[in-house]
Amino acid sequence: MLSLNEFWFILVAVLFVGFFFLEGFDFGVGIASKFVAKDDLERRAFINSIGPYWDANEVWLITAIGAMFAAFPNWYASMLSGFYLCFAFILFGLIGRGVAFEFRGKADHPTWRKTWDWVILFGSIIPPLVFGIMFTALIQGVPIDENMHMHAGISDVINVYTVLGGVTLTMLCVWHGLIFGTLRLMDTLRERCRRAAKSLLPINAILLVAFLGMTFFKTDMFSVHGNILEYLFMVGILVYIASGYFITRKRDGWAFLMSGLIMILLIASVFIGLFPRVMISSISEAYSLTVQSASSGDYSLKVMTYISLALLPFVLGYQIWSYYVFRKRVDHKEHMEY
Amino acid sequence: MDVVELSRIQFASTTLFHFLFVPLSIGLAFIIAIMETMYVVKKDDKYKKMAKFWGHIFLINFAVGVVTGILQEFQFGMNWSEYSRFVGDVFGAPLAIEALLAFFLESTFLGLWIFGWDRLPKWVHALCIWLVSLGTIFSAFFILSANSFMQHPVGEVLQNGRLEMNDFLAIMTNGQLWVEFPHTVFGSFATGALFIVGISAIALLRKKHVAFYKGSFKVAIVVALISGIGIALSGHEQALYLVETQPMKMAASEGLWEDSADPAPWTVFANIDTEAKENSGELKIPYVLSFLSYGEFSGSVEGMNSLQERYTELYGPGNYIPPVKTTFWSFRVMTVLGGAVLALSIWGAYLYARKKLVTSKWYLRIMIVAISFPFIGNSAGWIMTEIGRQPWVVFGYMKTEDAVSAGVTAGEVLFSLITFSALYLILFAVMITLFVREIKKGPEHDIEETEPIADPFTKEGQHAFS
Repeated sequence: MLSLNEFWFILVAVLFVGFFFLEGFDFGVGIASKFVAKDDLERRAFINSIGPYWDANEVWLITAIGAMFAAFPNWYASMLSGFYLCFAFILFGLIGRGVAFEFRGKADHPTWRKTWDWVILFGSIIPPLVFGIMFTALIQGVPIDENMHMHAGISDVINVYTVLGGVTLTMLCVWHGLIFGTLRLMDTLRERCRRAAKSLLPINAILLVAFLGMTFFKTDMFSVHGNILEYLFMVGILVYIASGYFITRKRDGWAFLMSGLIMILLIASVFIGLFPRVMISSISEAYSLTVQSASSGDYSLKVMTYISLALLPFVLGYQIWSYYVFRKRVDHKEHMEY
Repeated sequence: MDVVELSRIQFASTTLFHFLFVPLSIGLAFIIAIMETMYVVKKDDKYKKMAKFWGHIFLINFAVGVVTGILQEFQFGMNWSEYSRFVGDVFGAPLAIEALLAFFLESTFLGLWIFGWDRLPKWVHALCIWLVSLGTIFSAFFILSANSFMQHPVGEVLQNGRLEMNDFLAIMTNGQLWVEFPHTVFGSFATGALFIVGISAIALLRKKHVAFYKGSFKVAIVVALISGIGIALSGHEQALYLVETQPMKMAASEGLWEDSADPAPWTVFANIDTEAKENSGELKIPYVLSFLSYGEFSGSVEGMNSLQERYTELYGPGNYIPPVKTTFWSFRVMTVLGGAVLALSIWGAYLYARKKLVTSKWYLRIMIVAISFPFIGNSAGWIMTEIGRQPWVVFGYMKTEDAVSAGVTAGEVLFSLITFSALYLILFAVMITLFVREIKKGPEHDIEETEPIADPFTKEGQHAFS
């Protein structure tokens, strides 16, 4: 039977997976709006394609962090203070991006719009890049002492492996976002998204293979959870090939499902690799934070379990409904809110 | 400066800044929901225009509120990791519930509201803004339950070297929460209401769109009046509770060094000397402090000196007196402005009822300035609440100086402090500019004809899974 600690570890993982699945395409659309759109109208079409959702998608992150705080206070405390500057940069990105969507359309001066375009671009690159770096550092192990305090030097956070992780995640977001664009945009924009997504196929394949290769040597994931990760790796290859097939065949819905699955598999693998630890100490295995040592007490976990199980169906229900309400494609010849 | 001081400055600045937008969002969402409901019920387009116009301003404000709020969820762990470790078992739950219950609700239904004018039936669309409003109020409730725990810990037990939750219901029914929550929400409604009243006053003085702004004024002044009364009543309840649970904060907010006489007089102003622990030039009104503290005209109030002695015995040696001047003056700023809000609302409602509003130039001029009253009052209230709790971060359990992150350097905090401050200043400037633009555009700006809704499945190749 699943212990409460394990249940909450899975829930935090699911929230992060959900965040990257959903906000992943938001980030991608944000980046694509700079490179794929050719004029202001097209750029607005991109922004409007995620208009009704991006805020709620971002709440997945807030909830993930909140759930971490409630269920694993030591994880929350060690990780957020340990990766202090990483989180500061993520916040700069998210803050800029959030207001940029809202502010951009409020005036039509070219300089005004161009400024916010840059904010959207960097605000969409920095969070996945830094999250990628941070998660990679997390599975690689960071210096955590016997008091659960993390004292990371710059090379513990920024090294070839972690940067590869960051770039891979960012590029996956771009790809995922472009495929989302094929679902929500029309005509030539839709075509261009599809072409761009197709041209990213080989690049992302190389990144993923390189990242997984380095993960094999740089982490203990495959020795701790070898079987399941190898199995997921095989599934990943099949899904990736399928995604290429569906993009080429213009089956956009299926392609989106595949790019989403790749995102899910990647983030889920990180959490599977961590388990039963939540933060790996590079100083001593004994100093690692685990789902036991980092967690709240049983009473608190039980209360949170009841509450979250009661609320989640509603939350998921109305979010899915909102996607259904805005199922119609964004037509940039019509009125757009942003 | 050390990490503690820098972290405190950062928390104060980011939280106060965030709390400029939050009350306005809570207030405007509620009032816009009322306006849109009137549109649905009365089928009068005037109200739709109102909901849309104030909605534009609400959205700009909401965006800044949201992005400055993201930081709140992170900064406990970033700057206050030892605090987070110590109270996370209790304190984390309300934050997680806030995200799950409130943030999803407001963000999803706001998206539906912004983009759904032409896609949803009228009443469903109105329901969306009500759910946004409900979300903002839930959010206030859960974050205040967390704050109330810091003021007055309940439902907890000290074990395994930290505070652990043992009664969730006690946390949700914390007496502190139930005086703090209504006070904050009424304050927020007043913030939104006086904002609308003030902007309407500018337009009425210039005789622009008189019917529109008079209509907006009418809805807002009713909300302001109810909130004003609510603020006063809930504020009084809060003072009664404060004397019981945090007498030191009460004594500091009165600048009361020695135990007061019985009945206790209220000090209007005083020149406080924190070194010599005495005041000079005091102006006192008899009986009033007794009434504030106990709801009756008798009873002595304990002073800081005897409380200091009591706390030293209870918690060991140390200074348990908060910064007195800040607590004293922020309390006065808050109460005076709260009183002004109530008085001005009564006056406004009277003028409106007598149909003298448009010609009452002085009243309208004052109401422009009065936009700032709730903002300053809200901030002053929080300064009093948080500064008055010092040296504690969790009353009776943990001092602020022990709460700060262990592994974070002063340089890192300074870097983020400077960057966030710069970012916030830019945000603020841009937001004000946009406010002015939207207001100048006026209510007639975006009355576009509704577009025909195309059937999403008519065009070929539009299905997601084709």
